[in-house]
Amino acid sequence: MRRARWAYGPFWLTYLFLYTPIVVLVAMSFNAADTPYSWGGFSTSWYGELSGDEAIREGLVNTLVVAAGSTALATVLGTLLAVGLARYPRLRVLAVLATLPAILPDLILAIGLLAFYSAVRATLGLHSVLLAHTVFGMAFVATVVRTRLSHSDTSLEEASRDLGAGPVTTFVRITLPTLAPGIVAGALLAFTLSIDEFVIAFFTAGPKDPTLPIVIYSMVRFGVTPEINALATVLLAVSFTVVILAQRLTRLTDSLR
Amino acid sequence: MTLLSVTGVSRRFGDVTALDDVSLDIVQGEFFALLGPSGCGKTTLLRVLAGFERPDTGTVTLDGADLLALPAHRRPVNLMFQSYALFPHMTVEKNIAYGLHREGLPKDEIRARVAGVLATIGLPGAAKRRPNQLSGGQRQRVALARAIVKRPRLLLLDEPLSALDKKVRAEMQLELKRLQHEVGITFVVVTHDQEEAMSLADRIAVFSEGRVEQVDAPVSLYRRPRTRFVADFVGANNLFDGVLRDGGVEVPGVGSGPLPCEPPGDLPAGSPVVLSVRPENVRFDDEGPLAGTVMDTSFFGGVSRVAVEVGGLTRPVELTVPGTAPADPGKPVRLSWNPDRAILIGPA
Repeated sequence: MRRARWAYGPFWLTYLFLYTPIVVLVAMSFNAADTPYSWGGFSTSWYGELSGDEAIREGLVNTLVVAAGSTALATVLGTLLAVGLARYPRLRVLAVLATLPAILPDLILAIGLLAFYSAVRATLGLHSVLLAHTVFGMAFVATVVRTRLSHSDTSLEEASRDLGAGPVTTFVRITLPTLAPGIVAGALLAFTLSIDEFVIAFFTAGPKDPTLPIVIYSMVRFGVTPEINALATVLLAVSFTVVILAQRLTRLTDSLR
Repeated sequence: MTLLSVTGVSRRFGDVTALDDVSLDIVQGEFFALLGPSGCGKTTLLRVLAGFERPDTGTVTLDGADLLALPAHRRPVNLMFQSYALFPHMTVEKNIAYGLHREGLPKDEIRARVAGVLATIGLPGAAKRRPNQLSGGQRQRVALARAIVKRPRLLLLDEPLSALDKKVRAEMQLELKRLQHEVGITFVVVTHDQEEAMSLADRIAVFSEGRVEQVDAPVSLYRRPRTRFVADFVGANNLFDGVLRDGGVEVPGVGSGPLPCEPPGDLPAGSPVVLSVRPENVRFDDEGPLAGTVMDTSFFGGVSRVAVEVGGLTRPVELTVPGTAPADPGKPVRLSWNPDRAILIGPA
């Protein structure tokens, strides 16, 4: 049965609702006028201004350092955690505890981490944000990898041992490659979450090196400038690319199965 | 010459006894089958031999040396998994070469041996393909190749044909036998399919509830079952529980007299016995001791199977006759058999 044309109305309306803010944002980033309330013609001058902004560049570098570092740590630890949980399935409580940091409200984690840092008298800086992001990133990686593990055939590891491979060779040559799509997906998730994470970074960053979300926050406190729109558009383009890449990658690896 | 010797092996999982004092000897070059219903312990024994399971008690020796002392990856034993367990991220060639690389063999030798085994299994063109691009039968061959290329002393096969459809299965059955002959490796196959075991194996060990019921060649197993379980599990059979008397086996409430049976040998009169008569040995006989009515007939091409309901028995007596059934359902008949073909199974 063919659906009547009007039946698609609510469908498109939903998309309109989802994407209007984004379209407005992108359009405004090309606005020549310096207020967001009127259109002053097409211009890319805000992008030029953006690239010259020292604070934003510093924030971006900080954010990338934190995201790359915490993703690397979270991927390794999260994968090991997932494999460990799969090997000792009796410990149900531990499995729940492993995913908890991903579900906890950011604020609770942020306060907890700040309390912890001051208890051990750690100085705050990029390293403290990096470790904080590793905590929740690890929980996400572990969850994604565990899902992958639960679908994988355990006899593969036994086959490897049967063919003469010791535990280390088996882990490197069989276990890791079978889990690769899950590990990559988990890493991308941890990376994207870290890049735009605000609350935890705000609590655990030192005053001298703010991450990009903190820089943006301090800028919009005095009103939204078109420069922010340009920055948001760039970030949007980056995250779109990452998402599409991730999808391509998982489809590619899935087709190898 | 004895290759593998299993002595007094037991394994318990909580309340379940998977293996109960199992002892077996497997001879060099033989095709040996472990047969039994699911959950009888045969797969546990296979995993003990492969090194993925440790027995609670007992010893296993291979060529006279303690096998249990070696970890799985150091045993000269290979296992073909029921799921085949081919590595999905590697080509056929890499899958097969995996075990050879672990031995640290030179590259030229590995290449030659992989090419050789691919020719043996009849898939020379599949080297660069991945497991997901192969059919079920081809995967099975690759899994087999990966195991035999290591030239193990003993090859274990876990339900090797269960994942294949019926036609491919018959083909692979012949193929397995040919390969075993060609490579001269001792095969131990686990199966729940008694026809598969019968057609493949030189000798069969029948398992029930963790115990070995009987170890014998297929023909002896069929003709001379030693326990009630074997008589019932291997092939169709008619079993009568009764007491041994001078003129035959007396089954209370059944038949017009003692049922004819083979000479009792050492069994004294009065001992409780099970009488086992194969359907092909039962015949219609107006003078026969069993009276009943035909319940059901089915035609199988060359032969027909007839089920006869006999008063006092819970299961109908089955017989097979050549051609079409000579009697229609509802007809009263009498049954008999040649005493030599009625096997006595003594008390366990």
